[in-house]
Amino acid sequence: MVPLPYYLLLSAALFAIGVLGVLVRRNLIVVLMSIELMLNAVNLTFVAFARFHGSMDGQVIVFFVMAVAAAEAVVGLAIVIAVFRHRQSLDPQEMQLLKW
Amino acid sequence: MVAPHPTPAELDLLRWIPFLPLLGTVLNLALGARLGRRAAGWLATLAVAASFGLSLYVFLELSATAAFRDRVYTWIQSGSFRADLSLQVDALAAVMLLVVTGIGALIHLYSIGYMGHDEDAVRFFAYLNLFVFFMLLLVMADNLLLLFVGWEGVGLCSYLLIGFWYRDPANATAANKAFIVNRIGDFGFILGILLAVTELGRGGVWTLDFAQMQANVGLLAPAKLTLITLLLFAGATGKSAQIPLFVWLPDAMAGPTPVSALIHAATMVTAGVYMIARLHFLFALAPLTLSLIALVGGATAFFAATIALAQNDIKRVLAYSTVSQLGYMFLAAGAGAFSAAIFHLFTHAFFKACLFLGSGSVIHALGGEQDMRKMGGLKPHLPRTYWTYLVATLAIAGAPLTAGFFSKDMILWQLFQRGWHGLWLLGLITAGLTAFYMFRQLFMVFHGACRAEPEVRARLHESPAVMTVPLIVLALGSIFSGWLGAPDYLWGSRWDAWLRPVFGGHPAGEHGDLGAEILTTLLTLSVVAAAIYLAYLCYGRAAAAADPLSTLGAPYRLLAGKYYVDEIYDLLFVRPFTAISRWLAEVCDPGLVDGAVNGIAAVARGLSEAWRELQTGNVQHYLLGFLAGTLVLLAYYLGRI
Repeated sequence: MVPLPYYLLLSAALFAIGVLGVLVRRNLIVVLMSIELMLNAVNLTFVAFARFHGSMDGQVIVFFVMAVAAAEAVVGLAIVIAVFRHRQSLDPQEMQLLKW
Repeated sequence: MVAPHPTPAELDLLRWIPFLPLLGTVLNLALGARLGRRAAGWLATLAVAASFGLSLYVFLELSATAAFRDRVYTWIQSGSFRADLSLQVDALAAVMLLVVTGIGALIHLYSIGYMGHDEDAVRFFAYLNLFVFFMLLLVMADNLLLLFVGWEGVGLCSYLLIGFWYRDPANATAANKAFIVNRIGDFGFILGILLAVTELGRGGVWTLDFAQMQANVGLLAPAKLTLITLLLFAGATGKSAQIPLFVWLPDAMAGPTPVSALIHAATMVTAGVYMIARLHFLFALAPLTLSLIALVGGATAFFAATIALAQNDIKRVLAYSTVSQLGYMFLAAGAGAFSAAIFHLFTHAFFKACLFLGSGSVIHALGGEQDMRKMGGLKPHLPRTYWTYLVATLAIAGAPLTAGFFSKDMILWQLFQRGWHGLWLLGLITAGLTAFYMFRQLFMVFHGACRAEPEVRARLHESPAVMTVPLIVLALGSIFSGWLGAPDYLWGSRWDAWLRPVFGGHPAGEHGDLGAEILTTLLTLSVVAAAIYLAYLCYGRAAAAADPLSTLGAPYRLLAGKYYVDEIYDLLFVRPFTAISRWLAEVCDPGLVDGAVNGIAAVARGLSEAWRELQTGNVQHYLLGFLAGTLVLLAYYLGRI
């Protein structure tokens, strides 16, 4: 059995990549994907701990997270499409209408 | 507290004496515009005349007891301190009531004629009634606090009336001057009241009631008593136009002439004398203050009389004459002869009212001219005015058997008898000066050739009866009012007997040396006669082109310039004050105050400018902020573990 720290390290790496993607990418779709990546990193942690402790609680949480993530993806993509129709661009740096 | 004398049921009418003029004010303000000017004038006159009737009734009833009280309601009740809205009439107040309502009613009557053409006559009569109301409140108050209400009230009314023709900036300035100068005195007055109440309270008696103050005057330490009386006297110098606060009274001439008569004869300026007489039990125990009062009174009497010598405005001469006569009253009060002071107040009210109203009649006839150099020879045109004026002039000069003769002589004799020989001499000289400047005025206005413009001369006319009847009544009063206080060598004084319950004194009177009294009287009379003759020589014979006094040169210019007191005040107080104000307005305010306020605003704005840069609106920047914060917190907690 692969020891727990390996899972945690992989999860941390995935989460960091997700954060970096959200912070630096210039495309909203990629940003959304990065968020999915972060969620999945967390899911991995949950599953790893569940397996490690011999409890199913973490696996149940993962199903909840995936359900919420799916819903979020639907709303997020709808917003992205609306933004693109409106502005012909998906660069989050140009979306500064709420500035002061 | 139980009133010293149970109030007879019918004396609930005391409250009507001040209330009627107040009612007149209210009615005139509410309905005056609909009533019209004449009806408004009659309404106001009737209100005061009715007050006079009530006062007369009270006066006649009073002879049985020492004081009537009418407690309207409890005004202030705080701990053991209590002040009532309570009216009181004793011998002193009764005299003042008769003067205020009697002379006041005549002045109201006269005003119907004098102010009948003025478009604001309704407002005028409302103010006039209000003036009488506050003066009555002052006179009838049975405690110092209520007296102060009346005191401030007459100050307010004088302001309103002096500035009655407010469209002229000079009048507004004069009104302001009267108000501000009085404020200075009132500041001392209110400090005196506060000191009196705290000092009495320290002794366990929290009261401002005159009777209780008199009963507990022993609680006051002599030093505190002196201080209290000095502060109260400061208030009196303001109201009664004594040195150093007399400057407002001559300027008060800017108001309509009946107002001058009211201020100078029946109300306002008599308030200071009345207050000192009312509080005589305090002042009598403060010899230092009394000496100061006598000195100030004597100096004021003399200086004002000298200034009056060289004035050419008919009303200004009378104004300085009032200041001078008030000086006499303070002279008497300072010598401890309170009854003589009130007696002079009483007689002075008649002839000064007569003189002012007479001068108003002259001004009326000349279409507003007040410069005596443009008058002269008015005697045949204004016969009734002339004769009444002559009587009043004789009275103020102190001709034998006129009112002024008795009252002034009483003061001078009291001074002489009580050993104030220096001030007696000053008073004697002042009597001569008074006779001189009054006859100078009489000759300049009524005798010689007429110097008025031809078109004015063509329209010369005697005033209507509403104006001359008051003059005649006042002229009669100028003679007979003095007979109440005749000296012992004639038929004796009823006056002192009347006021004795208030002021105390020996029942038999202080019989002095009859011979000396007659001698001093003869001395006074000869000085007065010489002064009148001198005035005749200078002004009575031919119409001199220039004022004979002006040949004196520098002293004349000093007198004509009123000793430059106004200029000195201007230099000492007004200019530094305006300079400080200007500095505050031009340097301190924009630099310091605005600088501080704007500086704080600028700092806030600068900070927000910097802060604003953080708000890019870019989601990714905000997320970076989140991340940084999270990492910091994470580092912190990990570090703690």
